[in-house]
Amino acid sequence: MSEPVPYIDRSHNYYRAQGFSDVYRYAKHDSAPFAALSTPLADCTLGVVTTASTYPRASLEPRKVDSGRLEEGVTLYADDLSWDKAATHLDDLNSFFPVASLRELVAEGVIGALTEHFQCLPTEYSHKATLEHDAPEIHRRLVADGADIALLVPL
Amino acid sequence: MPTVIMGSARDIVEHCRVPRFFFFDAPLGNPCGTPGDRAMQDRNVRAAVALFETAAASETTVSAGETWGPDDWKGRYMAVTDENRAELAAKGEELRARRAERVPRSF
Repeated sequence: MSEPVPYIDRSHNYYRAQGFSDVYRYAKHDSAPFAALSTPLADCTLGVVTTASTYPRASLEPRKVDSGRLEEGVTLYADDLSWDKAATHLDDLNSFFPVASLRELVAEGVIGALTEHFQCLPTEYSHKATLEHDAPEIHRRLVADGADIALLVPL
Repeated sequence: MPTVIMGSARDIVEHCRVPRFFFFDAPLGNPCGTPGDRAMQDRNVRAAVALFETAAASETTVSAGETWGPDDWKGRYMAVTDENRAELAAKGEELRARRAERVPRSF
């Protein structure tokens, strides 16, 4: 298999070509705290976090934390996000929001249950907005929904 | 709270550092599997969810045993070429003008 795309370098070159002088500093933490499972996976309730939105957003529209009901018929929107619109599409929900696959794992007893809602985490230029506002709010909503664990599926 | 991330931008996620990362080497947009291939998506999601129990330490990355297919897309995404250089410069000017009108987010 060929090497993965070097997105950091690629995006730096791309934005320089657009005339932006400061390259974007991608989030980088000193460590990644590891939370071990406290109960077997088969007894855990799983929440899902996406970067897509429950409504169509304009490209410069402020983004916000949002929630929706975790069900297979949900419609999500992501035209404002940076994904490879030339190479693929989002017409298949389960390819980026795997509620159908997860329901099968619940039916098999691999996972205990899914939460009633999913969470929308806005992709933000500002690390501060994510760290100090959005991530704590997403965590609060997951806990309120009874989640023991979370699957993050960013586009 | 234990987390698993399914994603396709390996360098960005590993640069950030996360506890458990399931990497699917595909164009950005379909972190769970190729559109239309439900069986592959099921296999990927199952393997990703298994990481909750099998990852022994932080910064565990597991790659999908699945392939997207032809990888000609890899060279094209966000590529800067002689053909699009002028277009990108003009787009940058447009973006800077529009950003000046951006409504700040209120928390």
